[in-house]
Amino acid sequence: MSASVLYDAPGPKAVVRNRIYAVVGSLAILALLAVSIVRLSDKGHLAPEMWDIFNYSGIRQNIADGVVATLKAFGLAAVGSLVLGVLLAVARLSDHRPVRWAATAFVEIFRSIPLLITIYGVWVGFLTDYSMWALALGLSIYNGCVQAEVLRAGVNSVPKGQREAAYALGMRKTQVMTTVLMPQAVRAMLPTIISQLVVTLKDTSLGFIILYPELLQTARLIASNTQVNGQYPYVSTIVVIGTIYVAMCLALSGLATWIERRGRRAKTGITMGAAAAPVTAADPVGAVVGSGTDAPDGPGGTTN
Amino acid sequence: MNVLLDNFSEFRDGFIGTVEITAVSSVIALVLGLLLAGFRVSPVPPLRFFGTAWVTLLRNTPLTLLFLVFFFVVPEIFFPGMSPFLLGSLALGFYTASFVCETVRSGINTVPLGQAEAARSIGMSFTQTLRLIVLPQATRTVIPPLSSIFIALTKNSAIAGAFSVTELFGWQKLMSDQGYDIVPVFVWVALGYLVVTFAISGAFRLLESRMEVAR
Repeated sequence: MSASVLYDAPGPKAVVRNRIYAVVGSLAILALLAVSIVRLSDKGHLAPEMWDIFNYSGIRQNIADGVVATLKAFGLAAVGSLVLGVLLAVARLSDHRPVRWAATAFVEIFRSIPLLITIYGVWVGFLTDYSMWALALGLSIYNGCVQAEVLRAGVNSVPKGQREAAYALGMRKTQVMTTVLMPQAVRAMLPTIISQLVVTLKDTSLGFIILYPELLQTARLIASNTQVNGQYPYVSTIVVIGTIYVAMCLALSGLATWIERRGRRAKTGITMGAAAAPVTAADPVGAVVGSGTDAPDGPGGTTN
Repeated sequence: MNVLLDNFSEFRDGFIGTVEITAVSSVIALVLGLLLAGFRVSPVPPLRFFGTAWVTLLRNTPLTLLFLVFFFVVPEIFFPGMSPFLLGSLALGFYTASFVCETVRSGINTVPLGQAEAARSIGMSFTQTLRLIVLPQATRTVIPPLSSIFIALTKNSAIAGAFSVTELFGWQKLMSDQGYDIVPVFVWVALGYLVVTFAISGAFRLLESRMEVAR
């Protein structure tokens, strides 16, 4: 049901009323913004000197390093989580009961523990001197579990005839999985997989708690080590860094939406998952399968 | 085992802290999310725009960054001197509200078209249609994804521990700072979170079976 079903085409009275709401609503939002801006400038956060710090090449270099560090951790975590995801998904679909159970237990446990706890545990327990690897490993474990569920849902969504046909041709179990089922599963689930990568990208910011010098940690260091007019430039730093984060995530989200739209156009008979299906927590599979009802604009749709 | 027994009162405080921050920010997220969903389907363009902007912005911001905003920017604008607990709950609640909003909105989309048309044809206004006809029916489809959202919220609340809110992650950090072996600490913290998340999913399953209607 589209939103317009909820109300009639407005008549003269409703038009007037809606206009009043529109004006009052905009005024309220603008007032909120105005109050924020006034208060911030009262405290000197909008002074030009506060924002001038981003003209220093040192700070620019710091930010660039932070972005690179974030992308490095993200790249490692993306590869790690996809590899782990494929392995766990295959293990969960295995014919051997112990393998299936072990994989299920692994997925269930690490999916329901907060990511921060896992990252911190890995960092303190095993990789104290290698915060990048601790971050990448923690992210890989958690997101690998989520990706495994996504892929499993994808494999299950491949029409049964495909598998049967492959077996009928005399393919072996491994061949069926690697050449018939997995490629189709990945294709069908690509938007969801990329949405989960957006979550992975956002979660690299947890590296700041284990002192990995990624973008957020850089931001905090910049803000707490620079003093402008006797104040720390938290507001300007957060605005700049926040913009970078949002831009990176929106770019990745845009990729997911684009792939979803392309996939919908192709006529392969395999339906494409919605890009913004909420995947995290309790029942990702159900969520993935059940949420094709509408695609909210742009992914980043996972809850974590 | 010793880690838990020797530091039980801290663990208990942490556990209660996790439950409290989860509860408070759930309420914030639910109320705000419903309001935003209402905005997004409303006939008033600026409100629709506001809802969309909120969801797009907050869903693409790392929660950790949002925590920084709430601890360093918000006190400069409104109410300086709020407790870390309140600031943390607000950050979590605002973040989660965007997910609640999207879920409720797709829930609204699953209510059969005829329902809203019938409501309109007997002369109900937009608010009446939404409040009396559509939302009560949407509730049923929205419950399972909502339970996922609140479980995710519980897990996300761990980040609040890094911002000096008393909760379980804070306990994990404290214990490892005191030199305890991380593995048993990890196990106990994980168990603490599992208890909360299982309680939530159990409660939602109960709710679901209560609200079940043959369709």
